[in-house]
Amino acid sequence: MPIATRETTDPVLDGWHPIAASGELSMGEQRRTRLLGEALDIEIDLLGNASVARATAPAEPLPTHDRYGYLWTCLGEPSIPLFEIPEVDEPGRRVLHAGTIGVHVSAPRAVENFLDMAHFPYVHTDILGVEPFTEVAEYDVHIDSINELWATDCVFWQPIAATTSTEGQMTDYEYRVPHPYCVILYKTSPIDDRKDVIALFCQPVDEERIEAHMFLCLLDASNSTAMIRDFQLTIFGQDKPILENQYPKRLPLDPRAETPIRADKVAISYRRWLSDQGVTYAVIPA
Amino acid sequence: MSDVDLRDEAPTGWFPVATEHDVIARVVFRGQLDGRELAVWRADDGFVNVWENRCLHRGVRLSIGCNDGNELVCRYHAWRYANRSAGCTYIPAHPADAPSRTITAQSYAAVERYGLIWTTTNGDEGSVPDIGTLSGPRLLLRSLPVNASPQTVREHLGSHRFLPAALLETGTAASADDAEVVADHGESWVTITADAAGESSTAVFFVQPVDPHRSMIRGVLADAPADEIPVLRHHAYELGRLVRKIEEAVEEPAERTPPRGFETPVILPANPWGHQRATLSMVVDRKAAVAADIALFELVPEDGSTPPTAQPGAHIDLHLRPGLVRQYSITNGPGETDRYRIAVKRDPHSRGGSAFLYEAIEEGDTIEVSPPHNGFPLRRNIPRTTLIAGGIGITPLIAMAQALDASGMTFDVHYFVAAPQQIAFRRRLATYTCEFHVGLTPAQTTDTLLDILGTPTPTRQVYACGPPPMLDALKAKARALNWPADAVHVEYFENTNEIATDSSFVIDLARSALTLEVPSGSTMLDVLRANDVPIVSSCELGACGSCAATVLGGDPLHQDVYLNDAERQGGQVVLTCVSRASGERLVLDL
Repeated sequence: MPIATRETTDPVLDGWHPIAASGELSMGEQRRTRLLGEALDIEIDLLGNASVARATAPAEPLPTHDRYGYLWTCLGEPSIPLFEIPEVDEPGRRVLHAGTIGVHVSAPRAVENFLDMAHFPYVHTDILGVEPFTEVAEYDVHIDSINELWATDCVFWQPIAATTSTEGQMTDYEYRVPHPYCVILYKTSPIDDRKDVIALFCQPVDEERIEAHMFLCLLDASNSTAMIRDFQLTIFGQDKPILENQYPKRLPLDPRAETPIRADKVAISYRRWLSDQGVTYAVIPA
Repeated sequence: MSDVDLRDEAPTGWFPVATEHDVIARVVFRGQLDGRELAVWRADDGFVNVWENRCLHRGVRLSIGCNDGNELVCRYHAWRYANRSAGCTYIPAHPADAPSRTITAQSYAAVERYGLIWTTTNGDEGSVPDIGTLSGPRLLLRSLPVNASPQTVREHLGSHRFLPAALLETGTAASADDAEVVADHGESWVTITADAAGESSTAVFFVQPVDPHRSMIRGVLADAPADEIPVLRHHAYELGRLVRKIEEAVEEPAERTPPRGFETPVILPANPWGHQRATLSMVVDRKAAVAADIALFELVPEDGSTPPTAQPGAHIDLHLRPGLVRQYSITNGPGETDRYRIAVKRDPHSRGGSAFLYEAIEEGDTIEVSPPHNGFPLRRNIPRTTLIAGGIGITPLIAMAQALDASGMTFDVHYFVAAPQQIAFRRRLATYTCEFHVGLTPAQTTDTLLDILGTPTPTRQVYACGPPPMLDALKAKARALNWPADAVHVEYFENTNEIATDSSFVIDLARSALTLEVPSGSTMLDVLRANDVPIVSSCELGACGSCAATVLGGDPLHQDVYLNDAERQGGQVVLTCVSRASGERLVLDL
């Protein structure tokens, strides 16, 4: 194990990162992927156990973790525990991997886009938003006791909020950022008092490229997996061309950059939160 | 050939970045000059805009946005940027806010000549090359990209050959290699005259530096052949051969680099207070009667520049003579950005401004104008808007009607006038859903307002401007019908309330760490000014909202007509020009 003698924990190097959807790995499969600019080899033995190693010497095994339907690894000292999503163990929920999409953008840009409501009427027209309902109402942002960033009391008018929608609704959102490159959304379910959980786990291939893994933990018992995946892939497919036309590709952390407005409160907090943790990978430090 | 790094000697001057065919209606073309990406688009009024290709909000390319004919709309959050001025006119996430004037995209001067769009990114110095050969008939040839530096391309262009147009039109067995050519090298172009079989043609090839390793050859033939097709085909073929030859001669293809400037985020300049106070000298370009006692004035900047961006609902201050400052709503529609249009009514009761303007100011006169301020911003997130005008109060509403119309939104106009000859903007209003209410008594007016308002719904809003009694009646009726305060927006021309100035109190300025005394007879604004606290003001009559300050403590005694009931009761904002403290102290966020 490459144990560096560092005084402080590196929020990126010492964190867990997703490198594949477990359900898409088959026994005996060998696969190469990239994380933080390094090539990694994934190997699944005939018992289904995954091992991960750097493609370049030394080929010592890296730590792995199979969680939420993804294979996670860490290139540094795995001292930062993987965040919890307690909803996955609740009865009546479906945990799904919606898909993995490569995007030529940095992980924090993708996270920031996931945290953004103002683009719904324009990028996800007639699904997550529709003109003229474009206003982003004031919402709350806080950092909780375990240093996770939250945006709460977010509301937005949505024509088709989910696969279970039959009409438009004022949707309540809560966003949670437990990891520099992972973001979780809790969203009003059209059919249940509890909330749907939708997450984006970014695999930072390098500073300007990601594999975006889309995780779902839904209260939808009726629709087919294919239909639910189609819905999420449609949404993400609409975001991809926007993200790939955004420059610079790394996220600027200077608070003066890119004309923030009140609707960007959570993005402003996310940029500061990254700065405060000392994240320097895939960002332009302030 | 040695690879010259042109970044050290960035090309200066004017270069073509697009052809007239690239900037057809409602299209945004992505151009590039010296590594810098450009969004090039033509507005419906014909003006060609050349801007840095990034939205100021999140750095998304503007070239993937939408050209609606008047404004360029970003693809991501639909921030709207105005034709010419490049100022942001609307941020849909915050429909009730007028965007700050500092939110203006970087724009570059643009000129159309020889069928090409020219620009310069090194300041406005110099001009488009004046090529006498191209002053007559001409034919724009197909532009071709080359993976080579502009210098390499210019050198190779010296040996380019083609056949005269006259031979091509009649059909010939000759080849381009049979032509005798004379090449004349200009700064960034090569003029080539080709002779063969007694015929002659001249073409000019401009070289656009795309980046240090890439160029675009943009050729223009100094001739207008009756049959263009064989001529265009011949030039496309011969130029294609030249491009292949150049690229073969270039040793290594350069790797693609991100556009210059794209590695750093967009950052707005800090907001200079002084900037807002500055006035602009504007000339009356046109004065015309548009209704009885109403004159339209068109004001253009004296220096030929583009005036600052205005949004629907905004007004400008005209400094008519020392001590005589008057506000007028801008009546322009979206995209009409080369001038301000205002309408002035001669009012026998006027405090002097309108009468002076109407009678004494003529075409060619110069007036000092403060940049637009918007205290009456138009929300565009409500499905249906009703615009209610009383007399000359039509002026901000006609600007709103044009903006709503351009956005395809539903709206209706109600226009109250004393007599039919007082109706202004009649032709434009005829294209909208508009009802005229002529010669009504105050009681009839109130009844009509009641009918127009009807039962409030969350999908409808009202904007009204007119004489104070009419607006007071409207507000009273709206309250009686349970309209929410933030769905009925009114703008008064003037504040007819009696304003008390006899109290004295103290203001604490939280940010400036100053405590100031406001004696009886003075206003907060007077005291702030006297102590050099930066604050913007305009009407100073409690009508325009320019001088609003945030209240952190204490209860304001509101004497303005600008704030709505919700804002008044909230007690968090005060107009420093007329309002006072109801107690002994106010704490302001200044």
